[in-house]
Amino acid sequence: MAKSNKPIVWGLFAAGGTVTAFLTPALVLLTLLPAFGVMPELLAYDNLRAFAGLWIGKLILFGMLFLMLWHAAHRLRVTLHDFGVRADGAVAVAVYLAAAAGTLAAGYFLLRI
Amino acid sequence: MSAHGKPYVREVSRYAWFFRSPRYLRYMVREVTCVFIALHALILLVALRRLSEGREAWESFLHNLTGPAGVVLQLVILAFAVYHSTSWFNVTPKAMPVQIGEKFLPGAVIIGAHYAGWFVASIAVLFLAGAF
Repeated sequence: MAKSNKPIVWGLFAAGGTVTAFLTPALVLLTLLPAFGVMPELLAYDNLRAFAGLWIGKLILFGMLFLMLWHAAHRLRVTLHDFGVRADGAVAVAVYLAAAAGTLAAGYFLLRI
Repeated sequence: MSAHGKPYVREVSRYAWFFRSPRYLRYMVREVTCVFIALHALILLVALRRLSEGREAWESFLHNLTGPAGVVLQLVILAFAVYHSTSWFNVTPKAMPVQIGEKFLPGAVIIGAHYAGWFVASIAVLFLAGAF
């Protein structure tokens, strides 16, 4: 049988979609609340620095961003096809590279905290 | 080649086919949520960058996020994120059916469990982050 990357690509897409489905609305709410006069303690500089300073904190943030970016990249690839873009090879390279770049950037910023 | 002339081919627009039916449109809205998930991931990336740059950078980032443009952007992202969640959970019985013996667990139970988990996870995130 021919080897295929599909299970990995799709598995990460599904993992990312699930993480996003459970967490993203709450995360958006978290950064939206200060505008309405509620300041979550975690968003205070010292607290967030302390959280991102822990290895477990870095790991959570890195894993979350990687999965979210991968999910969005894979779905964007399919969606561009649905919008009539017929260049799957180029689109796939572009979206997965963008997701990889974003993931690397997340790792870089986290290591500097 | 057909001996009976040209076969009938229904014309379907390559770019705007999804306006033909509400079902297609709902599908497309679901797919387009990924743009807003990506946008949110980008905001989180910028947040990490500003956090790594120090107190002043972080506070000015937070200040921008609470301005009118930041609030509108986040409200739009929130709407699409919620649509992503509901559309994602609504297909879970099809994505991973649960079989017990001869029978399948009713879809409503699987969907309901996901909505309950979503609620608990959201409260947990807000509580652990000290929002209340």
